[in-house]
Amino acid sequence: MEKTLPKIEIIEKYCKGCHICVEFCPTKVLEMKGFYASVKNLEACIKCMQCELRCPDFAIKVITE
Amino acid sequence: MAFDYDKYIRPGKLPHIWCPGCGHGIVMKGLIRAMDTLKLQKENTAIVSGIGCASRLPGYIDCCTLHTAHGRAAAFATGVKLAKPEMNVILCGGDGDGTAIGGNHFIHACRRNIDMTYIIMNNYIYGMTGGQFSPCTPTGHKASTTPYGNPDPGFDIAKLAIGAGATFVARGTAFHANQIDKLIVEAIQHKGFSVVEILDDCPTTYGRRNKYKSVIEMMNRLKEVAVPVKAAEKMTAEQLQGKVLTGVLYKEVKPEYTEEYAKVIERAKASK
Repeated sequence: MEKTLPKIEIIEKYCKGCHICVEFCPTKVLEMKGFYASVKNLEACIKCMQCELRCPDFAIKVITE
Repeated sequence: MAFDYDKYIRPGKLPHIWCPGCGHGIVMKGLIRAMDTLKLQKENTAIVSGIGCASRLPGYIDCCTLHTAHGRAAAFATGVKLAKPEMNVILCGGDGDGTAIGGNHFIHACRRNIDMTYIIMNNYIYGMTGGQFSPCTPTGHKASTTPYGNPDPGFDIAKLAIGAGATFVARGTAFHANQIDKLIVEAIQHKGFSVVEILDDCPTTYGRRNKYKSVIEMMNRLKEVAVPVKAAEKMTAEQLQGKVLTGVLYKEVKPEYTEEYAKVIERAKASK
């Protein structure tokens, strides 16, 4: 069965660049791109939702089917 | 599926005012998830706060909200609850607002055991006013008004609440984000005054002065100091040195204030 990848939506207007999502992602999917967080390696995502849960700024949405 | 926080947030209010890495946003998310779990109606829920960073929280949530005088959240909330006992009343505030300026209101709300939930976000400092030390700043730690270290011992909010007569006391941390909504759900369901203390981080005014290099370091400190109540039972006093217990710390059933007050009204009517 093929692995389905989620869609990680980062709202740059809300992101304050606190690094929490980048540091607490267990598979290092995210990175800082300048001031904002961005997706580096979506294939590694295990849909644990830690980034969405921990983002204090409501800036990340992990959309799974 | 992504949790839809937007339906509980007032349109156009985000981004919020809190600093990068501030845990108050994590607590607000926990509160929204708890409201969703309990299916609280917007028109039947009142969130009351005083003044401070944490007290900005009700401004973002789309339900009945009240932003009141410094430290007086408990007083205003008591009025709301007595006027409309069917409402779910939730209080929000920081450690300075709740235990220093509003300390008196806090202990007396605990004593009355009125059916409300007080979420205290303890970040060990007065953030909004410029980093003055609060009653929760640990001994020796620095604030803008104690540049050589704070000589005062800090409050233990949970013990204070238990001593003052609150019937449900729990503690969580901003690091343990999954636990926050579970504690708040249990606190709202409890009939009586419930206190949920959430240990929080303030990277701007507290972390910077106390040699925390980053938000991540502050979050990891919360992870290290927190010990769940059940795990603590098996630990020795030495192992528990410097640790903070998390989870539901105290629970008891006592007569609730609005019900007791209704009985007083009945008695007064009958005696005429």
